Amino acid sequence: MAAVTHDQIQAHHPGPTGLMRWLTTTNHKDIGTLYMIFSFIMFLSGGVMALTIRAELFQPGLQVVQPEFFNQLTTMHGLVMVFGAIMPAFVGFANWMIPLMIGASDMAFARMNNWSFWLLPPAAILLLGSFFVPGGASAAGWTLYAPLSVQMGMGMDMAIFAIHIMGISSIMGAINIVVTVLNMRAPGMTLMKMPMFCWTWLITAYLLIAVMPVLAGAVTMILTDRHFGTSFFNAAGGGDPVMYQHIFWFFGHPEVYIMILPAFGIVSHIIPAFARKPLFGYASMVYATASIAILSFAVWAHHMFATGMPAAGQLFFMYATMLIAVPTGVKVFNWVATMWRGAMSFETPMLWATGFIFVFTIGGFTGLICAIAPIDIQVQDTYYVVAHFHYVLVAGSLFALFAAAYYWLPKWTGRMPSERLGKLHFWCSMVFFNITFFPMHFLGLAGMPRRIPDYALQFADFNAMASVGAFGFGLSQLIFIAVVLKCARGSGERAAARAWEGAEGLEWTVPSPAPHHTFEEAPVVK
Amino acid sequence: MERASRITGALLAAGAAWPVSAQETPARYNLQAPVTGIAEQINDMHTLMLVICLIIFIGVFGVMFWAVFNHRKSRGAVAANFHENTAVEIAWTIIPILILLGMAWPATRTVIEMKDTSNPDITVKATGYQWKWGYDYLQGEGEGIRFLSSLSTPREQIEGGAPKGEAYLLEVDKPLVVPVGKKVRVLLTANDVIHSWWVPAFGVKQDAIPGFIRDTWFRADKEGVYRGNCAELCGRDHGFMPIEVHVVSAEKYTEWVRQQQAATAGVEQASLAPQPPAL
Repeated sequence: MAAVTHDQIQAHHPGPTGLMRWLTTTNHKDIGTLYMIFSFIMFLSGGVMALTIRAELFQPGLQVVQPEFFNQLTTMHGLVMVFGAIMPAFVGFANWMIPLMIGASDMAFARMNNWSFWLLPPAAILLLGSFFVPGGASAAGWTLYAPLSVQMGMGMDMAIFAIHIMGISSIMGAINIVVTVLNMRAPGMTLMKMPMFCWTWLITAYLLIAVMPVLAGAVTMILTDRHFGTSFFNAAGGGDPVMYQHIFWFFGHPEVYIMILPAFGIVSHIIPAFARKPLFGYASMVYATASIAILSFAVWAHHMFATGMPAAGQLFFMYATMLIAVPTGVKVFNWVATMWRGAMSFETPMLWATGFIFVFTIGGFTGLICAIAPIDIQVQDTYYVVAHFHYVLVAGSLFALFAAAYYWLPKWTGRMPSERLGKLHFWCSMVFFNITFFPMHFLGLAGMPRRIPDYALQFADFNAMASVGAFGFGLSQLIFIAVVLKCARGSGERAAARAWEGAEGLEWTVPSPAPHHTFEEAPVVK
Repeated sequence: MERASRITGALLAAGAAWPVSAQETPARYNLQAPVTGIAEQINDMHTLMLVICLIIFIGVFGVMFWAVFNHRKSRGAVAANFHENTAVEIAWTIIPILILLGMAWPATRTVIEMKDTSNPDITVKATGYQWKWGYDYLQGEGEGIRFLSSLSTPREQIEGGAPKGEAYLLEVDKPLVVPVGKKVRVLLTANDVIHSWWVPAFGVKQDAIPGFIRDTWFRADKEGVYRGNCAELCGRDHGFMPIEVHVVSAEKYTEWVRQQQAATAGVEQASLAPQPPAL
């Protein structure tokens, strides 16, 4: 990707070259590229941690790592994947695509855009570097529950500062997206004509602005409890450990939708493009997205059914959580109705999008089962929950990200991605994903807790199976590197401006690869 | 509800490979065999939910895969251009709400029952420590008994120096003992960080929160040995603080209480007796 845009910058924008070009860039396409490279590196780092976890769990007994380091791995795997891989990847897509989709020349705050990206590498260094300090990385789980997180070594402080920095980056990114979407749309593009990806990101950005400060507050309270003698979460000083969970999940549940709503947007572009038929219910998709976002603020305590809240509290959060199934169902029905009587073809992006609907919906169903408070009492903190959230985060967010990458690679690089490699990547990921995570439902139901380095003998078979699947899944991701490098090097079939036959939207009206500067004069949307 | 579960159970068994029969301990595919009324209700509810989800799944993906295979460009399909249909959109909003109401009804009853910890026969306080459990019998037969309960699996088994026993990682030195058919209220707290007291066969999972008391209850209908784990990450040995509960007959329980009290009295007398001179 770099090589392609490089030529253009030389041609009509003599600026710094080499490393300085990337450090000082204010171009939304460059910054989008940086975000995506960063998130992929973090994805691989988090993946290595996951594979170490799976290696330890391959058979009963302790073989590969000791319990303390195992807990560090589960904690850091979660933090790295959520804050380092999935969230920045979506911001990368927003940077690249939102200006192209709404006919804007760049993001509204181009310099802040540079800053919000370049905050991330120091945060990542703090986070990953914490493995090497005395006491190692934080081992309190990615949720950092007090008082366990108060017991940790200095790795915990590094994680807290990393979260602060990444939070600032996310908030700036979100403000940029809100302002860009609301102010810089091409003449004629009313809100209800806006591409779905822009809609879902607009709503996601509001969620980010609302909840990232809450997380920052929660981890700051841990920091002061650790070092400055406060007792926010210490009963002996008048505090309450459960209050941390309320604050954390008030952030944490909207966070879940921050990671999935842009994915919904992506799929809502790809399905119509390859079904060659308009999205069935554009307006109802917008309303469903908004409903999910609003409901997400009223369901946080379903993560806490086992803390022992009063019956009225359990019932309220159970009902509210169940309600989320309604707008989510509307979305799935809409995609299926869009496919119905289309003229479909299954190039790689469509395969990923269809796979997304299928596997994400399984995660949706287990989510509904978890929502039922009495059942949740049995499955909370077991592998059932691990299976559930990997079905929505890997098969949901990650599969949608791959769908989007294959869909827009031609626009970025000017080359069509290899169909052969792309399909191999999809089928390997799909098969190994299910080998890894489907048995975890059984493990959780049968009673295996999560976050344990060793387990009772009846869980051995499914754990071995999950470990084999995990290594297969991890290795499959290397295929993606090959696909991207091939396109970036300029080999493969040249892409037309409209790279896919049924693709709609302003991004397909500019040449492929997109020139360094696009829409310097705004297009007019009818 | 029972009939529903019988029907759904039969459906599942007939359905195909779902191994309902794998309910004997230890469970492999499904929830552990329930021994309390609450766990039974949870089991039934889970089966019911699974069947409803399965039916919706087959419906939705039947339609989707029909389209995937038949409405293909390569098969000469020509795209229709329909979109938006208010009646359909209202239907697929209202029908799921009705299904959800059907699911919420039994769940609500169970939640209310789970929360009713009144009138227990025996009250036990369980305290979570890093990394073991402490039990204090506070009220009812056995009042005053207190002991610590920690993992009894030898280190060599964990590190691979010895073959692993049958109850590997699920065995303790001193199990909690309760009588069958009696309502046992468990008060929970913790000494250091949050732990969670979980016995799957009882349908009980309750966090133990330092500085606070929470409670839960169970009434085990069947004698036997039931095993569980700490279910909240609590530090290094979180995976090594199991819970073992022995549910015994009323007579055996009385006998156990007598032994415990005799042992305690013995210890007290020994400590009162003159100590032998230290060497």
